[in-house]
Amino acid sequence: MSAYRFLVNGAPAEVDVPGMRRLLDVLREDLGLTGTKEGCGEGECGACSVLLDGQVVDSCLVPICQVEGRIVRTVEGLSLAARERGSLDTLQEAFLEHGAAQCGICTPGMLMAARAYLDAGGGPDEDPIREAIAGNLCRCTGYSKIVDAIAAVATPAD
Amino acid sequence: MPTRTLTPGTETVERALVIDPGQRVPGRASGFPLRREGPAKLTGAAKYTDDLVFPGAWYGITIRSTEARAKLLAIEPDPDVDWSKVVLATAADIPGDNVVSLIKDDQPLLVPVGGEIRHHAEPVALLAAPDRETLRQLKGRIKLVTEALPPVFDPEESDHVFAQYEVSQGDVAAGFAAADLVLEGEYRVGHQEQLYIENQAMIAVPGEDGGIVIHGSMQCPYYIHKALKRALRLSSVQARVIQEETGGGFGGKEEYPSMLALHASLLALKARRPVRMIYERHEDIAATTKRHPAIVRHRTGVTKDGRLVAQDIEVVMDGGAYCTLTPVVLSRGVLHAGGPYRCPNVRLRGRATRTNTPPNGAFRGFGAPQTEFAAETQLNRIAERLAISPADIRRRNVYRLNDTTPTGQVLRESVAAEEVLEQALGASLYERVRERTARDAAQRRGSGTIPAGTLRTGDDRTATGIGLALAWHGAGFTGSGEVHLASVASVELTADGRLRVLTANTEMGQGTKTVFPQMVAAELGVRVDLVEYAAQDTAEVLDSGPTVASRTVMVVGGLTILAARKLKAEVEARNPGVPFQEAYRDDAQAHGATRIDQQFEPYPGVVFDDETYLGDAYPAYGWAAAVATVEVDLDTAEVQVRDVIAVDDVGKVIHPILCEGQVEGGTLQAVGYATIEEIKLQEGRYLNDRLATYLIPTALDAPHIRSILVEAPYSGAPHGAKGVGELPMDVAAPAVVAAIHDATGVWIHELPATPEKILAALRAPDGGGARRKGAAAA
Repeated sequence: MSAYRFLVNGAPAEVDVPGMRRLLDVLREDLGLTGTKEGCGEGECGACSVLLDGQVVDSCLVPICQVEGRIVRTVEGLSLAARERGSLDTLQEAFLEHGAAQCGICTPGMLMAARAYLDAGGGPDEDPIREAIAGNLCRCTGYSKIVDAIAAVATPAD
Repeated sequence: MPTRTLTPGTETVERALVIDPGQRVPGRASGFPLRREGPAKLTGAAKYTDDLVFPGAWYGITIRSTEARAKLLAIEPDPDVDWSKVVLATAADIPGDNVVSLIKDDQPLLVPVGGEIRHHAEPVALLAAPDRETLRQLKGRIKLVTEALPPVFDPEESDHVFAQYEVSQGDVAAGFAAADLVLEGEYRVGHQEQLYIENQAMIAVPGEDGGIVIHGSMQCPYYIHKALKRALRLSSVQARVIQEETGGGFGGKEEYPSMLALHASLLALKARRPVRMIYERHEDIAATTKRHPAIVRHRTGVTKDGRLVAQDIEVVMDGGAYCTLTPVVLSRGVLHAGGPYRCPNVRLRGRATRTNTPPNGAFRGFGAPQTEFAAETQLNRIAERLAISPADIRRRNVYRLNDTTPTGQVLRESVAAEEVLEQALGASLYERVRERTARDAAQRRGSGTIPAGTLRTGDDRTATGIGLALAWHGAGFTGSGEVHLASVASVELTADGRLRVLTANTEMGQGTKTVFPQMVAAELGVRVDLVEYAAQDTAEVLDSGPTVASRTVMVVGGLTILAARKLKAEVEARNPGVPFQEAYRDDAQAHGATRIDQQFEPYPGVVFDDETYLGDAYPAYGWAAAVATVEVDLDTAEVQVRDVIAVDDVGKVIHPILCEGQVEGGTLQAVGYATIEEIKLQEGRYLNDRLATYLIPTALDAPHIRSILVEAPYSGAPHGAKGVGELPMDVAAPAVVAAIHDATGVWIHELPATPEKILAALRAPDGGGARRKGAAAA
């Protein structure tokens, strides 16, 4: 066992666990951040997607030893400012209004993949949006409304 | 009532069920309530079963058979292990009946010593420990002593029949004698996995009264409640079932959760502490129910102008090792097997048999997607043989008002088959596109390496095709199902002046928690946020039946509307001249709580005979048309489904966005069924029991889906709604297969239509003989 320190949603975290413990388990069980979900445990479904230094990763495939000194963002920290106001941010709002969340189990991971896409300057065109969420499986929506929601908040290219 | 078409996003939507403009929100949900539990799901605050923390809880796992069929002689825990630190449960620990209560009592919770193992993933023993590492170490230390028995894998060879039906009308022999063309065809479909993204999950908490509280992912709390009472010998109060946020079901959480809840309960009772049983994906795919594989054989007689004169259809379904819901799945499959077409002489036969594979069960569509794939492909092949457009052959045969179905049911109202057909044809420019793809195919024909084939090695990398299919789907339970269920839904004005809807119907993504308050608020004339939706907890709500069969809005939603009307009438009678919305708070203060429990009453004039299988098989039907366009890679035969126009008549659209969500999601599941979703078996075991090997469509695989909603209301339901969930699942797969034919010239008779099957059909002897497989001229 050794102690690992990193930032989660802007706050420092320290866990004393085996280095190969999955980031997913650290988030859900050690830190109580259950917004990140497990769907397959082998990097196929993307339900456990989080941002690691701004890049979207499957937290079921990331051992905690690789997170030392890095910045993790989960659905709980998607929009801290909006959360303090007790409201949703524009991406969450777009998902809600477009009907992009149904059963909701893929939603946290889908939001993180969408956030990474938008933060990287992704525009409202459909093809790159579909590419950006291709690692996140949804069985409810048929994806159309998710694509629409992301496009609605993306900034058009000049 | 007339049929209307809604164009989503425009102002043609009737506002009767819409709450007042004051609470409209910006964006596409304008005028309709936003998903009630949406914010919790979008912030990660929503608690699914695996997110719940129970201090001191242990983890439970299942020890399963690894043989398809065997006699269980002994369960031998390794004597070198100290078993006192963990809990091991076997059939001997079951206080009541060792049975997962459903239609037949054939499935045990755990195979008893001396009993028969019937499939390779069958539960034999259960193990609980304080941590998962201990479980991993001990799992392999329990030896099952067995004596192998000969398994059966072919449903047609099995002599154990779970159910069989025969329905007939007219004189089939005379019909075939009068036919100008008789065409035969055999169609096959395999297993399909529901693949909800949240795996099966259940936590059992022992109560002080010797009872059990279940927290879990489920569609039907009262199914589990019934199963617990019987196997654990509990009273109705001792057994309590609470649905937690549920990450998708699609039928896969209709029946299996009873088994898992009982397993968790056995361990919890023995360990005297909460036990969590959360499946990993591998176990979920390997052990839980799938869509039934089926073989469907058609013999069809038509006149040369394309009118159906005789249909003789045989359906064989593979039930797997235990009965589960198989008789009802088969029944729906058989009743829909002829497709939405008038035919004077019909014989429909079906049987479902037992094989030594994991049990098959409920999956969106419930038997109809299997038989309607066959029916539509058969009709499309007939159209080709007669050189009639697939659109025209449907126009000539489709059900119209006052037509009679094979069970003798006269379709007296709410028939929108023509409407959905014409809408789909118009929206897709079907005939125009078809003319173009035919020209393209003629240019390619014979230019490639496959003699007479339409694939070529020239400049074009892909070929485009367009395909049409039509479907019907009986609304609600089959036959007398709803009468037997006698569901109860409640609307309550509490003593402290709150309004509550109480039903056992679960939210699993469809929007139950949103539309039930919406419908009740509209009846009562109050703001939707003033209507609460009580938890799906058997200690709190009565049994309003299972959340299955697209019945939630139609049947239970109808009950909540009737209950709301009665509540409104009672309160207004006590407060003459004061409308409900102004009177109810004071009324509660003055008179205390008022609760209306509304029980289902048979729909007027709907009569079905379970013995003869004649009469009104369903109170009404939903109608759907789909036009798919595909691109087929000319080198690899890989199929990309580009667009699907999905037109669905749901009776009454309660919430357009949620309704479209059902159509789009169901359509994509059907596209997956048509193209990539396949279970491979070896000696009764699923080979691809992981998400890395069982593939479902990603955002890149998914077509553009345009949903057009049609309303042909059903007068027996107070709102006219007929259900939506299953309808789109019936129709898109045959549309995709027809589009593949349009692009390549070959008919694929077995789903999924993989590149291997398409290439094999193209390379068949006689220049693509698959195109004429089974054809016989009369």
